[in-house]
Amino acid sequence: MNIHEYQTKELLRTYGVPVPEGRVAHNVDNAATVAEDLGGDRWVVKAQIHAGGRGKGGGVKVASSLDEVRHFTDQLIGSHLVTPQTGPEGRMVQRVLVEQGVNIAREFYLGFVIDRGSQRITVIASASGGMDIEEVAKTTPEKVIRETVDPAVGLMEFQCRKIAARIGLRGKQIHDATKLMRALYKCFREQDALMAEINPLAELDGGQLMALDAKMSFDGNALYRQKAVTELRDFDEEDPKEVEATGHGLNYIALDGNVGCIVNGAGLAMATMDAISFHNGKPANFLDVGGGASPEKVGNAFRIVLQDPNVKIILVNIFAGINRCDWIAEGLIKAMQDLKIDVPIVVRLAGTNVEKGAAMLEKSGLDFIMADNLDDAATKVMATLGEQDS
Amino acid sequence: MSVFVHKESKVIIQGFTGQHATFHAEESMANGTNVVGGVTPGKGGQTHLDRPVFDTVSQAVAETGADVSGIFVPPPFAADAIMEALEAGIGVIVVIADGIPVQDMVRVKRYAKDRNAIIIGPNTPGIITPGGCKVGIMPSHIYTPGRIGVVSRSGTLNYEAVQQMSSLGMGQSTSVGIGGDPVNGTDFVTVLRAFEEDPATDAVIMIGEIGGPQEVEAARWAKENMSKPVVGFVAGVSAPPGRRMGHAGAIISGESDTANAKMDMMEELGVHVVRNPALIGETAHRVFS
Repeated sequence: MNIHEYQTKELLRTYGVPVPEGRVAHNVDNAATVAEDLGGDRWVVKAQIHAGGRGKGGGVKVASSLDEVRHFTDQLIGSHLVTPQTGPEGRMVQRVLVEQGVNIAREFYLGFVIDRGSQRITVIASASGGMDIEEVAKTTPEKVIRETVDPAVGLMEFQCRKIAARIGLRGKQIHDATKLMRALYKCFREQDALMAEINPLAELDGGQLMALDAKMSFDGNALYRQKAVTELRDFDEEDPKEVEATGHGLNYIALDGNVGCIVNGAGLAMATMDAISFHNGKPANFLDVGGGASPEKVGNAFRIVLQDPNVKIILVNIFAGINRCDWIAEGLIKAMQDLKIDVPIVVRLAGTNVEKGAAMLEKSGLDFIMADNLDDAATKVMATLGEQDS
Repeated sequence: MSVFVHKESKVIIQGFTGQHATFHAEESMANGTNVVGGVTPGKGGQTHLDRPVFDTVSQAVAETGADVSGIFVPPPFAADAIMEALEAGIGVIVVIADGIPVQDMVRVKRYAKDRNAIIIGPNTPGIITPGGCKVGIMPSHIYTPGRIGVVSRSGTLNYEAVQQMSSLGMGQSTSVGIGGDPVNGTDFVTVLRAFEEDPATDAVIMIGEIGGPQEVEAARWAKENMSKPVVGFVAGVSAPPGRRMGHAGAIISGESDTANAKMDMMEELGVHVVRNPALIGETAHRVFS
């Protein structure tokens, strides 16, 4: 689960990580009031969306008058911001963060992540902060420092000093950076974060360190014990079909093809999409109905897949382990009867109670195209699509 | 023999009296698994499925000599249950729960260090040595005894591959689901090593997924250490690049983190890579015969 920059900064402030003075604004007047309250003669107006690369996309503006604060806010709110991390459709900006402008001497990168390689929390840092850190990691990996945290003792002060010294901090800054990293680590641990990133971590003209931008994402599996973080969730930043699917216990991701997919298990769902692609087809979605798929769940899966107007055919691929093919068949028959489905449906059933499920579909007299295995299913999908086109 | 679980394994179930645990324990027992008891805190002294129930894992181990545990407790309590099994000296711990917080697993893995146990999962259908021992939730009837080891991250894709094998008359020595979570108990290398050392295994099918360096590391290990052939597949070629937040994930994973990149590297390292998931069985049949 992701949260906005302004929310991350409010959270980090409570842990003692230095962040610029600023507040979120939902409209032009709001933004001007925030700027006036902050004082000074320079402000930064930042679009708040759940994606990085906002600077590159034109979502970060420096204003030197209240009029400019108004102007930029007006420009940003309601616009679709496209950045290297949003995809081509961009994200709609609903609010901005207005902050006091600061004078930057140097920019660093600091990130915390759960590394699948070491299977531990790993700190990533670099003296080359700012926007092109991925490029730095690719071309000059030696400029990116990694430090793995032993969960038995947590992030130690000596590790922080080591990182600070290696990115070129000196004197009191070593201690300030240590304090900052330990605060960030504490937040990461206590809030069940998966990722925390300060980019840039700035050295200001006076030498003090400050988190100019901050991003965090959190473990969806830990939200049951993270009430405060759960409340920061912004459903406007998520695909409404995905949110609806989650509500029904389904895992759905919209794609841009025309073959609707209803599958159980994430791995098999991906492999089903892969098999379609292998036959030069294009999947319209990823959908995992999960274990214990009731007939109702199957019906909901159809409803969500059919909301996509591009869907020309649906492939149902179920390999029942804890699922049961007869439940799936019941759901299929009911969906066919209740929802006016006018696209062909290819069904492949395997596993627990497969004979029973297949017999039910057969007896229903409904027009299912039955497939024996994954290859047969993908072949029949493509053949049926071909007939439609001709 | 076979790997990790055998006909002689003495299995306990943690969360024994729960509905799912009961269903799957019964199914395992009907298929020849030696379930010697179970643990449900507070219900010690009772009998369930004609087997003794204990309050703690260490009591269960002392009374029954159990060496394998299937953990069926819900995700919030799973980390504690795994550590309890580790502390009690259980050698093979199978964790079915899907949805354990990642940082819980980071701590579990630290606790497991130097304890010499195998943790299978979490988020796995489990492990089965067909005809010998099953700890998990997979449909037993699709598996047949044989000489090919199967290891996968995904559960249902494991079933898919196994059925493709069965339709061509290939059986399994052991099938291991290492689970789909980013931090999991056992990696591909550990399972490949076990298959390499197992005289009952002739060849291995390895099924991975997009995300993480495990598959390529395993292929590298196999190139240097394995005499037995490996057929491999990585799901997710058609997965779109997700919306993302920040750079940390990309920096840590590097450029090799797509399904195709992984399969290319595995192929270079000598794995027999299948590009079409519908042909895993067929490819294995061709390579292994």
